[in-house]
Amino acid sequence: MKIQVRLDRRQFARRSLQLAALCLLAGCNRLSRSPSVAALLESAEGLTRRVQRALRPRRSMAREFTEADRSPVFPGNGTTSPEDADYQALAASGFAAWRLEVDGLVERPARLSLGDLRRLPSRTQITRHDCVEGWSAIAKWTGVPLRTILDQVGVGPRARYVVFHCADSMDGTGDRYYESIDFDDALHPQTILAYEINDRPLPIEYGAPLRLRVERQLGYKMAKYVMRVELVETFAAFGRGKGGYWEDRGYEWYAGI
Amino acid sequence: MKALLVYRHRFPTRLSHWVTVLCVPILVLSGFQIFNAHPALYWGERSDGERAVLAMRAERTPRGTLKGITHVFGRDFDTTGVLGASRDGALGIQDRGFPNWATLPGHQWLAMGRRWHFFFAWAFVLNGLAFAGYAVLGRHLSRDLMPSGPELRAIGRALRDHLLFRFHHGAAADRYNVLQKLAYASIIFVAAPLLVLTGLAMSPRVDAAIPALPAVFGGRQSARTLHFLLTLGLIAFTAVHLFMVLVTGFWNNVRSMILGWYRLSSGGPDEDSSAT
Repeated sequence: MKIQVRLDRRQFARRSLQLAALCLLAGCNRLSRSPSVAALLESAEGLTRRVQRALRPRRSMAREFTEADRSPVFPGNGTTSPEDADYQALAASGFAAWRLEVDGLVERPARLSLGDLRRLPSRTQITRHDCVEGWSAIAKWTGVPLRTILDQVGVGPRARYVVFHCADSMDGTGDRYYESIDFDDALHPQTILAYEINDRPLPIEYGAPLRLRVERQLGYKMAKYVMRVELVETFAAFGRGKGGYWEDRGYEWYAGI
Repeated sequence: MKALLVYRHRFPTRLSHWVTVLCVPILVLSGFQIFNAHPALYWGERSDGERAVLAMRAERTPRGTLKGITHVFGRDFDTTGVLGASRDGALGIQDRGFPNWATLPGHQWLAMGRRWHFFFAWAFVLNGLAFAGYAVLGRHLSRDLMPSGPELRAIGRALRDHLLFRFHHGAAADRYNVLQKLAYASIIFVAAPLLVLTGLAMSPRVDAAIPALPAVFGGRQSARTLHFLLTLGLIAFTAVHLFMVLVTGFWNNVRSMILGWYRLSSGGPDEDSSAT
């Protein structure tokens, strides 16, 4: 009799645990679709950003590696061959007609050719690229520090973000890739607009002719096929207003983690 | 039967226990969701495809169905249905690392997995810091969790008793035994901090600010692998823990962790109450 009771109790306990697990899964799945829950979960991003940026020194540098540390193959992730006709035309002529537009809240808007960019002081860095998916690869990047270009055009007093407009349309949606960073990263010495990977001109796979490197954030911040750099007060007017193509699809704007 | 109620778990212990109970399943399930975005593990800084120490993948069989394969240290295992390829509702067998029932959200949704993971990571960390503060300052650590010299010397006997399911009853069960102390102390003060630190070592911003952190774990990909292994360890601990809760008096254990009061029996070894 007693043994029976005990078994029932155990069975009950086991069932309760199974039920709790199922409720947790089903509940969390449903909660994932609730805007208020999503907003609550997203509140952690602000905390992460503030705490991570409070880590000293503020201008901490991402680790730079040696030539020997480089990945044998660097994955060409995201768009690897933009199908947009305007981009294809530029690529066909070796980007001779390509110009980087720098405008928005700047004092002197500029149009820069690849030659103009190459004549500016450059920076070379061997860094680790961390994808939001979880993989890491190391490559050598050469380009112009974004700060050099910003100094040249003069940052307007109201500018708070730097938006990067790209040439590649995503998933046939017609939405072109874009990204944004604030001045914490825009003025960082390792934030460069790169035109070379591993000592050769950037191939199309890696974002030719110019891609962004933001070494203290995840890969999706590092826009490829950059066509235009725009300084803005708010990025609410672009895409769905979250500051980037992937941000518009639920990823964090602050991708330091 | 004479029974004696003792006040076993204080309020901070109970509260932090249940916050942990909420956080850990969500962290594990959302962690598997994040893992599924690149279901492979490596050693070092980089993730060179051919050097994965563990990888899950799906392969198409000649009959057109998907076969799940788990690659561990150079060997392939057929894990169809669970790892590599598993059933996803009406979609049938799909290419997935961990199956639907082991991830949060259930289907592939990395962005939402990250939202769950980082929100509850904060809850886990703040809860852990509060508990550690209480355990040290409130002497919970020195009084209840640190095994004494004599206890450690008698560990062989304690181990044998446990393996033979001879649990202490009555007055001796008022306090944690040496195996409980070692298990709880190592989970709370070793495994949990390492889980948080290996997690942080995957953050590019933290790596820039504290280069020593990824370095001590052997690189970012090593930190990711250790994070995964520690998670498996935490799951194993939880399984043993739940088993012990069940076999040593489920309701008595649960009541003491909710209300604090634990019933010590003065009866024989058949009594349904003892240590967890």
